[in-house]
Amino acid sequence: MTKEMTCIICPRGCALKVEVDGGKITVTGNSCKKGFQYALEECTNPTRTVTSSVRVENREDTMVSVKTAKPIPKEKIFEVMQKIREKSVCAPVRIGDVIIKDVFGTDIIATKNII
Amino acid sequence: MIEHDIVVIGGGPAGMAAAVAAYDSGAHDVCILEREETLGGILKQCIHNGFGLHKLGRELTGPEYAAVYAEKVAERGIRVYTETMVTNLSPERVVTAQSTKGILKIKAKAVVLSMGCRERPRGALNTAGTRPAGVYSAGTAQKLMNCEGYLVGKRVVILGSGDIGLIMARRMSLEGAKVEAVCELMPYSGGLKRNIVQCLEDFNIPLYLSTTVAEIHGKDRVEGVTVAKVDENRNILESTKRYIPCDTLLLSVGLIPENELTKSAGITMDRVTGGALVDENRETETAGIFACGNVLQVHDLVDYVSDEAEIAGRGAANFVLRGKRCGQTIKTKAGSGVRYVLPQRVNADEEEEVALFLRVTQPFSKVKYTVSSGDRVLMTAMRLKAAPGEMEKLILKPEKFKSAASEITVSLEVMQ
Repeated sequence: MTKEMTCIICPRGCALKVEVDGGKITVTGNSCKKGFQYALEECTNPTRTVTSSVRVENREDTMVSVKTAKPIPKEKIFEVMQKIREKSVCAPVRIGDVIIKDVFGTDIIATKNII
Repeated sequence: MIEHDIVVIGGGPAGMAAAVAAYDSGAHDVCILEREETLGGILKQCIHNGFGLHKLGRELTGPEYAAVYAEKVAERGIRVYTETMVTNLSPERVVTAQSTKGILKIKAKAVVLSMGCRERPRGALNTAGTRPAGVYSAGTAQKLMNCEGYLVGKRVVILGSGDIGLIMARRMSLEGAKVEAVCELMPYSGGLKRNIVQCLEDFNIPLYLSTTVAEIHGKDRVEGVTVAKVDENRNILESTKRYIPCDTLLLSVGLIPENELTKSAGITMDRVTGGALVDENRETETAGIFACGNVLQVHDLVDYVSDEAEIAGRGAANFVLRGKRCGQTIKTKAGSGVRYVLPQRVNADEEEEVALFLRVTQPFSKVKYTVSSGDRVLMTAMRLKAAPGEMEKLILKPEKFKSAASEITVSLEVMQ
């Protein structure tokens, strides 16, 4: 089976060709090792970093932006979004603060300072 | 009147990097004027990841990238005037600003323009139809969503496949809205390939090329749009018209450098980039006034904005510490296949290598760039692909442009 995909690791966007022959995966078109790794994961366990924002209760019209500290399985994106949507926090919040613990093997952390 | 060596107008990614670079080059009396409450500019609302891979070697979100530079500004004790909106700039470098404390007048030895850009609005498109609520520029919807927590609609059509439009297609989908279509007037997307994959394909959002919104429907709120294919001259093909019900239309149809101050100071502009004409230090044709970031040319990546701002910051510091450069300049020109080249002129006595930034007129594969002066070829470079949405960079060694006549041309040819 041959699959064509675009690497999304960096803005260069290499056009990858992935050949899956039984258990063996060969990748062509990548410019770096990260592209190979991406193609491998995209075929076996595709993951994405999810970013969103969470309401800050004690500040007017204020949201704090958040992200998954590590990429999570692609098919779990909407479950993660649901957890983020149900959450709110109180300021102060610092970049890196854990907003939700242990979501599919990682944490949801703040990406903005709210003083 | 207050005095500062360097005044940086705008505290987004360009302004912050320029101020830091100026300080690090020895000009310690530098200040930033920012109209919003905090530094960061557009990065504050760009909560997605993908920033900093080139410049910082790690992948950050927009607010995190901004925080890295805000910290550099704070560490150096660079003075920041927030909630301060510059209303006038004179060619003699007197900056007038409206602040919470009243009118400020600052006399600067050098000025760095880093005001960024704004979105092209509906009014610039001449789209037929009614004028209901529910038509937003993509960046406005992004700010409402990410900074204020307000989802602007549930059923969305997006016109324009630039990066902001693509990012918002994903963002609205994540928040439970249904994105019916992304329409692109051109036969190719202006956005980064990775955004088409992770913002559209991941969410099964269709991208229609050579397609535009022909009409907007709805009395109080958008009820739907008529979309249609266009021919090669971008004229609507009547027979292809079809109706898509929706409550929201997002526009991601281009960015306009915010150069009102630049023009009021009488600085010479480039009609193609929409920014000022600059030399390799990003100095405009008005001595002591520099420009960088999206106010100079619209960039694809913030990493490159930071790079350019550092050039301008160092240039401003050198101007303050060493004075004006006088000497011959060499003009740069866009040849076939090239839309523009920046900087538009290079000082002939420059000792460092000069990076020429350019954009092509349309997508090409397998191209050869030629930098020439008259009949003489100064350098060539091969690339596997070229696209208008991806800025190209060619490095010219000093011995190359020193041997050039009064003009350098960059042109492109397609290889077999």
